[in-house]
Amino acid sequence: MKYELTCINCPMGCRITADYDGKEVTNIQGFTCARGKAYAQTEITDPTRMVTALVGVEGTHVPLSVKTQTPIRKPLIFDALSEIRKTVVVPPVHIGDVVISDVCGSGVNVIATENIE
Amino acid sequence: MRNTDILIIGGGPAGLAAAVGAYEAGARDILILDREERLGGILKQCIHNGFGLHTFKEELTGPEYAQRFIEKVLAYQIPYQTETMVLDVSADKVVTCVSRKNGLEQIQAKAVILCMGCRERPRGSLGTPGERCPGIFTAGTAQKFTNLEGLMPGKEVVILGSGDIGLIMARRMTFLGAKVHACVELMPYSSGLKRNIVQCLDDFGIPLLLSHTVVDIHGREHLEGVTVAEVGPDLKPIPGTEKYFPCDTLLLSVGLIPENELSEMAGVKIAPSTSGAEVDEQLQTSVPGIFSAGNVLHVHDLVDFVSEEAMKAGANAYRYVQGQLPQGGRKVPVQMGFGVGGIVPQFVSENAEDKVSFMFRPRNVYRNAKVIVEMNREQVLSKKTMILAPGEMVNLSIPVEKLKGLDKADSILVRIEVPEA
Repeated sequence: MKYELTCINCPMGCRITADYDGKEVTNIQGFTCARGKAYAQTEITDPTRMVTALVGVEGTHVPLSVKTQTPIRKPLIFDALSEIRKTVVVPPVHIGDVVISDVCGSGVNVIATENIE
Repeated sequence: MRNTDILIIGGGPAGLAAAVGAYEAGARDILILDREERLGGILKQCIHNGFGLHTFKEELTGPEYAQRFIEKVLAYQIPYQTETMVLDVSADKVVTCVSRKNGLEQIQAKAVILCMGCRERPRGSLGTPGERCPGIFTAGTAQKFTNLEGLMPGKEVVILGSGDIGLIMARRMTFLGAKVHACVELMPYSSGLKRNIVQCLDDFGIPLLLSHTVVDIHGREHLEGVTVAEVGPDLKPIPGTEKYFPCDTLLLSVGLIPENELSEMAGVKIAPSTSGAEVDEQLQTSVPGIFSAGNVLHVHDLVDFVSEEAMKAGANAYRYVQGQLPQGGRKVPVQMGFGVGGIVPQFVSENAEDKVSFMFRPRNVYRNAKVIVEMNREQVLSKKTMILAPGEMVNLSIPVEKLKGLDKADSILVRIEVPEA
């Protein structure tokens, strides 16, 4: 399958094309540096994203901001979001506290990114 | 009247770093004033990650980045007063403010650091025709609703402008269950980071319509849709290219304006190219003892540079209070040559010390260009670049040894040289 992507490492935004048969990325073209080539490799075989979102807080309408501790696999984003959306925490919560452990079986925890007393 | 050595107006990223910078330089009598309930400024609502890569070598969310500085302010026991609105600043550094707790009060400062940040360009400044119906928000206002209030502005969204805040909000609205139909950009390029274009638009199949703009807004009781048209090289809509997008929400991400009303009250000169104060390399404004840093001085691309700049302003404000900051020397004007916009500082003192840092925004996208600094028509710096773009600021630092003859110079010129086609 043919892939076309934009490198995100710098403002050049190189248009990179490559082929991927489900096993190996071949014919990578359009990059201008090693970072671009590496980006194409991972972005095609195992794209991941940090997810930042909001959870409810008991007793107030003001939400609490959270993030995945490390990037999660891209296809899991919306499943993770719906699990996060259902979550309500009870204060106090501090930066780094685990709000959801192993979100959607990703092996990654969702942690608080602000303090609420 | 209360007295303080260093008064900082604004408790956002710039104000916090200015306080930390002043304290670490030796200041012990500092006061931060902020109009909101909590310190942190705009970072409180920027819950996405990507902050602090330069400063902390890790990617933090906005609230986490702010907290790093808030914790320093608390550890240093620097006093701050929130829910306090500054109404006036005078040239002799009397600050008038009002709060529920203390009512109206005046504070005499020895030095003032202006850290008020910026606000978003509103719809009124665009001249877009159409109905004046509810459903039109600046992207930052929508961000405040979603991230701080837990409210949704709407479900069917069009975004005008592709600055980073607009892109970030495209993803946030998508995450919260809205459908973003398009991101419409007047210019033939986006001023947003490539990463944001990929991860906020491309990831969700949101089209980025370059060289397009909103030409009409429809809906009486509430927004019902917008008409989008292509624009020509003159940025004027091309008749016949109009397309209707039904939507209940229009988000505007069309630029930021430094909030300098207080600066002007103090008589601080404003530079047209940045809409911020004119400063020298010490970040001192045209009024002695009044300093400026962060987005009120010029709109930055990264918060890391805001912090760095503000820490410097804080340290210099303390040196001013101590009588250690050289004053009264001749100021050499910094001129903007080809391709250079919004340069800071606008002046370099003849007795500048250590190194002089310049920041500016390229006026266009330039590939394989050189950034050149000249003094007395002689080149003092030439830097090769792969790509320059208006969305990314250029940072230059020149050791004063390289500025020989600065005391006799009539000007410093910063320009971009593009390769011949």
